[in-house]
Amino acid sequence: MPQPIDRNGVRRLVERDAQLVEVLPANEYEEDHLPGAINMPLRKLEAEARSALDRNRPTIVYCWDSA
Amino acid sequence: MYDYEDGKLDWLAAGLPSEGTNAQRPRAGDLARKDVPTCRLDERLGDVRDRAREAGWEACVVVNEDRVVFGLLRSKELEANPDLRIEEAMRPGPSTFRPFVSIEEMATFMIEHDLESSPVTMSDGRLVGLLRKQDAAKAALELHERKHGSHGGQP
Repeated sequence: MPQPIDRNGVRRLVERDAQLVEVLPANEYEEDHLPGAINMPLRKLEAEARSALDRNRPTIVYCWDSA
Repeated sequence: MYDYEDGKLDWLAAGLPSEGTNAQRPRAGDLARKDVPTCRLDERLGDVRDRAREAGWEACVVVNEDRVVFGLLRSKELEANPDLRIEEAMRPGPSTFRPFVSIEEMATFMIEHDLESSPVTMSDGRLVGLLRKQDAAKAALELHERKHGSHGGQP
């Protein structure tokens, strides 16, 4: 179960080399995304996560908001 | 694995940097004037008006000690009885906009609603600056001309 994190937590973890993953559709990712984030739309997350993510680094996923 | 539950909206609303096509375009936070005069609820209108005008402004944003926006004084409000307290003279609870809103959207809204100016605030209500209609409209026009080319010098 992912651990909730706030904005300051994101910044701290990114400084420590965390991977940022935006799970929104590609067109939304292209308009705006957090610096350094990669795009993995939710429906592809399970299939691509193993190959695209480094297991040795913390991973932070995010969407548009908490809704 | 961590979940940034408040998401991209929270990040952008805090005025933090982003990447992507929108990041290259001017936004409300970029053009909002950070040097707008501010005042407190309990000040005298006449004093605030004099201070604003000395600084070259016909507007003032009403904030508390944390720069959270409470109200706005535009040219019309500044013309009221100078002995009024700001709390009585101001336009309370003005429409505010987040820093990440595109300048085209801002210009359209401000022209349609005939707003001289609009405060730009963070998600917690703290003032970023005041966006003036003329600055939003000018930037939106320049952006339009860059995208589509100017048309014979017509505005």
